[in-house]
Amino acid sequence: MKIYTSKVDTDSARVVVADDMFLTKDMPTAAGSKMLDGYMSLFDAEVLTRLSDKGYVLGGKADVGEFAFDLIGETSYNGAVISDGKLTTASAEILKAGEAMATLNMDVNGSTRRAAAQNGLVSIKPTYGTVSRYGTVPVACSGETVSVTSTTADSCREILDAIAGHDDKDGTSLPTASCEKVKSAPAIRRVAILTSMTKGADADVLAKLDSVKAALTANGVEVCEIDNEVIPTARVAWNILMSAELCNNVSRYDGVKYGYRAQSFSNIDELYTNSRTEAFGELLKSTILFGSETLSTDNYMKVYDKALRIRRVIVEAFAKIFESFDAILMPACSALAYTEADIKENKYLVFEENFYTAPASITGLPAVVFGGAQMVGRSFSEMALLDLAKTCEKEGK
Amino acid sequence: MRYETVIGLEVHVELATKSKIFCSCSAHSFGAEPNDHVCPACCGMPGMLPVVNRRVVDYGMKAGLMLNCHINRTTTFDKKSYYYPDLPAAYQTTQWFAPVAVNGLVEIETSKGKKNVRIKQIHMEEDAGKLVHDIREDTTHVDFNRTSVPLIEIVSQPDLSSAEEVEAYLERLKMLLRYAKVAECEMAHGTMRCDVNLSVRPEGSDKLGVRTEMKNMNSVEAIKRAIEYETARHIDALENGTEVLVQETRRWDDIKGKSFAMRTKETAGDYRYFPDPNVMPVVIDDEWFESISATLPEFPEVKKARYTEELGLGEYDADQLTKSIALCECFETAYEACGSAKDAANWMISEVMSILNARKMTYDMLDINGRALGELIVLVSSGKVGRANGKKILAAMFDDNTILPEKYAEANGFIVSNDTGLIEKTVKAAIEADPKAVSDYKSGKEKAIMSIFGKCMKELRGNCDPQVLRKILIDTINNM
Repeated sequence: MKIYTSKVDTDSARVVVADDMFLTKDMPTAAGSKMLDGYMSLFDAEVLTRLSDKGYVLGGKADVGEFAFDLIGETSYNGAVISDGKLTTASAEILKAGEAMATLNMDVNGSTRRAAAQNGLVSIKPTYGTVSRYGTVPVACSGETVSVTSTTADSCREILDAIAGHDDKDGTSLPTASCEKVKSAPAIRRVAILTSMTKGADADVLAKLDSVKAALTANGVEVCEIDNEVIPTARVAWNILMSAELCNNVSRYDGVKYGYRAQSFSNIDELYTNSRTEAFGELLKSTILFGSETLSTDNYMKVYDKALRIRRVIVEAFAKIFESFDAILMPACSALAYTEADIKENKYLVFEENFYTAPASITGLPAVVFGGAQMVGRSFSEMALLDLAKTCEKEGK
Repeated sequence: MRYETVIGLEVHVELATKSKIFCSCSAHSFGAEPNDHVCPACCGMPGMLPVVNRRVVDYGMKAGLMLNCHINRTTTFDKKSYYYPDLPAAYQTTQWFAPVAVNGLVEIETSKGKKNVRIKQIHMEEDAGKLVHDIREDTTHVDFNRTSVPLIEIVSQPDLSSAEEVEAYLERLKMLLRYAKVAECEMAHGTMRCDVNLSVRPEGSDKLGVRTEMKNMNSVEAIKRAIEYETARHIDALENGTEVLVQETRRWDDIKGKSFAMRTKETAGDYRYFPDPNVMPVVIDDEWFESISATLPEFPEVKKARYTEELGLGEYDADQLTKSIALCECFETAYEACGSAKDAANWMISEVMSILNARKMTYDMLDINGRALGELIVLVSSGKVGRANGKKILAAMFDDNTILPEKYAEANGFIVSNDTGLIEKTVKAAIEADPKAVSDYKSGKEKAIMSIFGKCMKELRGNCDPQVLRKILIDTINNM
């Protein structure tokens, strides 16, 4: 295990640590993969440039699971991070140790939200397109976002405010007028608990949900239970889209131009094959195979296109709910701890656990994790979600 | 049995934009060192995101309109996955689901008359890099200068039936796209490339035969040879059972004059197309659409008709001028400036085009200022500058298109002098120097004074109205 892949000594109080998914000119970026071991980028991620322009100090890079799409960082080529017998992420450990005011994460497949929920942290996944992905290692581009995690909602808000906004270098970056909408999002007054999305959550998680509900109610927020049959299908559709995009994005790593190269090969096909065989981890290989299959001519309409259509149906389902409610409360994970035994038993556990995180990933809606629970809001409601998280923090104290 | 050939073409054309399709690298690498015009984006490195070059969409739209296509107002980019060392990201960004233009029509003319070729679609995409094989070192190098250079692929319906028609179609595409100034379309430069889909069937049959796709033809001549070879091969297979035709991709070897199987349908890669999540759908609103359709040039035929009917040019002149949009534009501006379409056409065809030919330049390379040409024409037709000096000025305008003819004529002493005293003095001196010519003339050989006339003109550096000189010369001799 490894916490920092690079560390910077600093006395600054405004230290932010970035996951090793953010490209840096002065430090290597491996994205948790042996394939990119020692890779030096020619440019910095836009969000890091913005932070540095505003006087924040990059305190180093935190190790991540291979391409950050796993359960909770366990697939890093440096090994899993284990704390008190629990699997955790490097950036969560850094925050708990008080070594940074916030961490920047890539919320590819929910691991950062799971880590926040299990470690009592606050994590904000902003509306897709409001924070530049320029200079982040691409995995599942249609849904992944930069996210900010901290011990407090205030720090999340401060850092998100510093990095958000239009970027010409990212074609999916929303125009300034749209990005500005986060500043005028109405306060959250009515929250729905989706009973279908609490399925599979254990008693500890449900207890966290209950205490958040109590805190909300105590602050005058109306909380109702409703049901929806569509949103739970997000997991299956997201797994298809994410795997396909991942497969396409990691195809560029071939051992030729940069990154890991196998020592032994006798022709170019062997060079590709051996480099990938040796440098890619098991979960990544399985996901590549699955993703590749979903895009084959035979499967495209049956599988990939259907997943795209499900995405639209889910977006509509959320819109319908948001006609009556401002946000939706749901778990971020099924349990408050994962152990090594859990992933030994089921190495694809992530593709089940992302049941809770896929809805926000597939729709691009903002989600905040606090108090061990997750709240998904309307587009551009991230600051309102953080306001609510802050109110509930006070309640908890 | 008589057979007919059914041909559809996939034509790749490099768009003449300054920069690449998704990054700001220069799209023009002629003469550049390998990998000079590259950045992390066109090298497929992680973390760079594609930003669509709006100019590429402009050009794609223009090409579509020139080919009478319907423009998809929402056009999207997709990823096409395949592994090849010249494709650094292992995918090509292209248009699969909603190409910029569909359902077009191109009229061609051959010895058999006019014919319409339907265009299935035009899509925009990025080019791949180039592999450079070093035979001596037994190594292969990759040059990414060409990666992400914008292309359009023009896919025709299988409406062509002979090498002659294919040639006419390609010439027509080239002319239309050059008229719209979106592409150079020079096969020798690789800015136009063509794959041929061909099948053969009994004449009159409505069922298509087995289709093969041929690649690697580097000239129109090679395409014609390849079509003839492939047609014969198909007919031979059908008539004599020499081989079983299969749907496959074949490589044309122009030296051997044969096509060779590259891959069959079964062994072809699956490109696993899917929408590129990093490129938002491009929405062409009315304002954008109008701004492009407003800049479309007149079609060559329309121009030609206008030149003959409205401007009174002859058929031949109109034909010559409409060979290239650069000629047309220069002519039209010159005409506007000088007021005489006939004079302007005359100068264009007998002077401008001959300089282009002498300098081995294509018509499209014409880069003189049409307004200046018009002024030059006025200078010469008004007698202010002699025609020979006018030609000298034109040649200078080819070297420097900022030259103002009148200023240049003044600076170089090309202004016709009305100083009759000077002319008379020159004439007298010339006559005294050549008494034989004078006596020959007086004895009836009228042509004899031409040598004196020439010497005077030379002495006056051409700055003399020939009529005036002639009159003074004859008067002087007659008065002797």
